[in-house]
Amino acid sequence: MSKVPNMPKSWRVETKPHKFCPGCGHGLVLKALGEAIDELNIQDRIVFGCDIGCSLLSWDFFNVDTVQTHHGRTTPVMTGIKRARPDRICIAYMGDGGGYAIGSQHLVNAASRNEKITLILANNCNYGMTGGQMAPTTLPGMKTETSPYGRDIEDTGYPTQGPEMVAAITQHKAYVARGTVANVRQLKNYIKKALQNQMDNNGFSFVEALAGCPTNWSTNAKDTWAFIEEEMPKYFKVGEIKTPAQKEENTNG
Amino acid sequence: MAEKPIQGEKRVFMTGNEVVAWAALAADVDIMYGYPITPQNEIMHYWTRLAPKYDRKFLQTEDEISAGFTTCGGVLSGKRAFTATAGPGNTLMQEAMTMAEMMRIPLVQVVQQRGGPSTATVIYSQQEVTMTCYGGNGEGLRIVYSTGSHQELFDYTIKAFNIAWKYRFPTCVLGDGYQAKMRESLYIYDPAIKGIEMTNTYPFVGSDGMPGIDREPNHLRNTYNTEEELYEVVKNLVTEYEKISPEVVEYQTFDTDDAEIVIIAHGIVTRAAQAAVNSLREQGIKAGHFRPVTLRPFAGEQLRAIAKKAKKIIVAESAQGQLRKLVTDAIYGESVPLENYFKPGQGITAEELVDYVKGL
Ligand SMILES: Cc1ncc(C[n+]2csc(CCOP(=O)(O)OP(=O)(O)O)c2C)c(N)n1
Ligand code: SF4
Ligand SMILES: [Mg+2]
Repeated sequence: MSKVPNMPKSWRVETKPHKFCPGCGHGLVLKALGEAIDELNIQDRIVFGCDIGCSLLSWDFFNVDTVQTHHGRTTPVMTGIKRARPDRICIAYMGDGGGYAIGSQHLVNAASRNEKITLILANNCNYGMTGGQMAPTTLPGMKTETSPYGRDIEDTGYPTQGPEMVAAITQHKAYVARGTVANVRQLKNYIKKALQNQMDNNGFSFVEALAGCPTNWSTNAKDTWAFIEEEMPKYFKVGEIKTPAQKEENTNG
Repeated sequence: MAEKPIQGEKRVFMTGNEVVAWAALAADVDIMYGYPITPQNEIMHYWTRLAPKYDRKFLQTEDEISAGFTTCGGVLSGKRAFTATAGPGNTLMQEAMTMAEMMRIPLVQVVQQRGGPSTATVIYSQQEVTMTCYGGNGEGLRIVYSTGSHQELFDYTIKAFNIAWKYRFPTCVLGDGYQAKMRESLYIYDPAIKGIEMTNTYPFVGSDGMPGIDREPNHLRNTYNTEEELYEVVKNLVTEYEKISPEVVEYQTFDTDDAEIVIIAHGIVTRAAQAAVNSLREQGIKAGHFRPVTLRPFAGEQLRAIAKKAKKIIVAESAQGQLRKLVTDAIYGESVPLENYFKPGQGITAEELVDYVKGL
């Protein structure tokens, strides 16, 4: 046991080391999530749902009840649970393909209905699990298996700005932020606020996390971090985009 | 606690959609998830009017994919939950049905068949048999009740929840646009007065206690890594399904003992078939009728025994041979000739069946 590095208490030790590739961003997002769960002391109230995508590898990641769903369908499954059991804290975890492509109607409508669930989305600019195809979040000019000459914005448009979109369609009770695995502390704080927003029975909360996929990016550790810290934030601004308190101040003032 | 929605038993005259809503209330259903589509809309309309009076819930989702998956969520959290759809909506819902199949989620789905393929008509058909029984990338491990009257819609909607939760296979009540929209007399009742005990529900996720300390966490998955692993899982699912099938299977026979001509029909077409058999018998023709009530599992053995004795079998359905596929699968190897009376998307009357039989 002493060899185990300091893991969040809510992680399931028996299923570690985890199954993600070395250097994968998913592990760091789930570290931030695990710490947030620990600090809020809500492990016994969580129902965690993971998508199909590399997030599926988290189906036995935590010591919390977990449902692995279908690609894009984690949002409705968690919505269904929350509607039936409002006393549970429901977390839907997915990739950018799951959230912004195949499951985008669920994201948009869950946000519009102000579903009291928390979505956490790992944005790694590609479809990791299926071998690195272009995703809605692929950066302009970025090479993927289905944009081998680089993403042509004339042909396939610009990267999806997920949190900005969610902020635009939600009312004052939503919490929306974009964090990055380059700053796990900050990411954890965003996730904590997102979960708190659900615990307060306030409304929808959404955190996108910029995350690395060294396997499909074909990057070494140095280049992976450079891409996350320098390239991705050019399109994906890190920070809180909508906080319930901020909006209340605005409406009060 | 709100009082029981139905006290004792009552004679009523209502549409089939209203019947389904009352049946779900009587069955202590906690929550319905749905998306509008004709001809099932009024199930939601009645449910949304009645549900709040009895502390029940409703969610209108963004599409039927979501309706199917939110229903999965409701069931996983331990509630009696259901959804209703038709036609293209049933198509979208098949994805969730396969998850329910794989993960043994006792989801209840009500289908009011409309015309197909595509958008077709909002009126009536029996063209959703193959999809409801076998849709999606799976093995059709569901229970499908094909109802033929409003009384059956009521009885089998209640039963669907009990069977689903008893055996943990997704369960479907397969109606159609006629049953949905027509008014008919029936008895609605509190299941308790008929000695029907509602099967207990329980949470798959979200039960009490600290996971990892007080209890093991429940980790539910549908993805497997190797062929062997998946084979094992599916084999177990199939074995379990086959084990429960004899307990679940339902069918009816009408004058089949000495029948030379047997009409096979399901759902509302059973009415035409029953009336046709009466009329043909009066005219001295030895006709009989076999009606599968469950389409999955199918009463194959029972039908085979009848097929062995018959001189001719007629499959009558408002589809182009979807019931026939179930029939030929069940009686493979029998030499009795099969005639088709197929009217995809159109109703079938007793008179036309009588004429057809006499014209053979
Ligand atoms: C309906 C359906 N379509 C396609 C797939 C194949 N598929 C599996 S994972 C995936 C993409 C995953 O990408 P993303 O959601 O970004 O997650 P990541 O692996 O990058 O974390 C796809 C297309 C599927 N499982 N189901
Ligand atoms: S393929 Fe990419 S996203 Fe998937 S586990 Fe490997 S590094 Fe992570
Ligand atoms: Mg991705």
